[in-house]
Amino acid sequence: MEEKLALFKNRKRFGIEKNIDIIFKNTALVLSSFVAIILLGIVLVIFFQSFESFSRYGLKFLVTSEWNPVKDEYGAFTAIYGTLITSFLSLLITIPLGVGTAIFITEDFVPKVFREIIGSFVELLAAIPSVVLGLWAIFVMEPFFRAFFVFLHNFFGWVPLFSTEPTGRNSLLAILILVIMLLPIVTSIARDSLNQVPKKLRNASYGIGASRWKTIFSVILPAALSGIMAGVLLALGRAMGETMAVTMIIGNSNAFSWSLLSPGYTISSMLANQFGEADGSQVSSLFYAAFVLMILSLVVNIFAQWLVKKFSLKY
Amino acid sequence: MNSLFYQQNSSRNIGDKVFTSLSLICVVIAILPLIFLVTYILIKGGAQITPELFTLEPNPPGDDLDAGGINPALIGTLIITTIASIIAIPVGVGGGIYLAEYSKGGPFSRFIRFGVNVLAGVPSIIAGVFIYALIVSTKILFGSMYSGLAGGMALSILMLPTVIKTTDEGLKLVPNELRYASLGVGASMYTTILKITLPSAFRSIATGVVLGIARAAGETAPLIFTALFSYYYITGFGDLFYEMGSLAVLIYNFALEPYDAQNQLAWAASFILVLSILSVNIFSRILAALTEKTKRV
Repeated sequence: MEEKLALFKNRKRFGIEKNIDIIFKNTALVLSSFVAIILLGIVLVIFFQSFESFSRYGLKFLVTSEWNPVKDEYGAFTAIYGTLITSFLSLLITIPLGVGTAIFITEDFVPKVFREIIGSFVELLAAIPSVVLGLWAIFVMEPFFRAFFVFLHNFFGWVPLFSTEPTGRNSLLAILILVIMLLPIVTSIARDSLNQVPKKLRNASYGIGASRWKTIFSVILPAALSGIMAGVLLALGRAMGETMAVTMIIGNSNAFSWSLLSPGYTISSMLANQFGEADGSQVSSLFYAAFVLMILSLVVNIFAQWLVKKFSLKY
Repeated sequence: MNSLFYQQNSSRNIGDKVFTSLSLICVVIAILPLIFLVTYILIKGGAQITPELFTLEPNPPGDDLDAGGINPALIGTLIITTIASIIAIPVGVGGGIYLAEYSKGGPFSRFIRFGVNVLAGVPSIIAGVFIYALIVSTKILFGSMYSGLAGGMALSILMLPTVIKTTDEGLKLVPNELRYASLGVGASMYTTILKITLPSAFRSIATGVVLGIARAAGETAPLIFTALFSYYYITGFGDLFYEMGSLAVLIYNFALEPYDAQNQLAWAASFILVLSILSVNIFSRILAALTEKTKRV
């Protein structure tokens, strides 16, 4: 780029052409700074809207689970807990499945055509709107898993996570639908970073007598780890902000429960449910909850980007 | 002598087989629900498709058995995504041009690229909350509150990072020789960009933008309290300033209705939405694969 601009300096041009050039450049500059303006605008607007609730409830908002528009008492603990537990547990299931799938389609177990078909199929599914997944979850997944949940409760009811009688929609279903949504993200990013591991590392490992899976575990996965981690963090951010499918299946109850078999709440489902009809200090409290969600996802995203930069492959 | 042959029962070979089958199981668990999901939507939704679906208004839930059609939602989705594209494409392409052609990798462009990635990770419902605070609750758009226009703006925030990224990356793939040649024969910078680099990156940019539009068409969260929903036909330009239905919000609203007729309508709308999004995706993939092949020759 520099050489290009240096060429430019000693040129003589008609004034009008020069001006058009300058205008063009500055327009592009302004347009590119829109991103920063929007980002800053989002943070500021949501912060100022939540200010009333913030000054009234302070940090107590984060640890109480009373949500009572009649008494004007607001605390978002149930929703925050729900957001964290659904996203972490769904990620816990997704990581082995996604990375396992990615290994399968980067190794040569089956001919390349099949691997490409599996890969592009998984990627296509990332394109399905989450509201459609929610619809499917309500009418297909919930009836399908009902018997299994009763079984879980009967045999593992002593575990606090399964301690309530399953009644229709619940947090565990939300976790399962999140797994389906996150799988394409984790799989495609893990596949890309596994593909980027240089061939010579694999050959060296085979050359000194390591078996295929010894090579995968000791050489290939460690080399691709940073990329996979970044993908996992991006998926975590997506899981925390995911709204529609979760709202439709989680049951939307603000009563706090440790059990995954009882209806729950996440910040985004609370926003989706209440924003339309809220007024007064409830609106401000919802903005406060939105602010918490935004900070959570910003932290995860920024950390993911830092990780990519810091540990990007050095081969 | 024996050790030169493949030993089926040695621990490393058994271990390898175990892990290979484990990864196969992962693939099956990952793929099965996805296949099941798509076929179910296509079969269940496809069965609901009738000509009236495309021409009628949906009936308000509850009063009779006939659910009506999804015409307003279909048109609404088209209008809202068009508004979003009209805002996001010029801004995104312009921003991408700056990043790829003018910036020299300094702090400003690094900050913008970072911002693009952060904005891409902002939860979609936050975009809705933002537009609600900025436009809906302030009634800044000629006194109208919920409107298709506000919905389009919320969607454009989600499209913007995709458009900038694809433009930036598409332009970076254009070989520098083309730029040198153009500048060398005396073309100015903007002529070079508009006549040389943008056209040669056009196909990859267009693919990315189309995928971004397809993605936005299915977004629901930013619309539920910006565009809201409407049961009535869209008749004219003025309707932009009122509540506007969309396929995505129709699916959400009608999936939660207790009536069967409304649920069927939600399946039909899902069928249309999924079919169009998947076909756009598959089509652009095939196109990309084809161009790659011709380039190699």
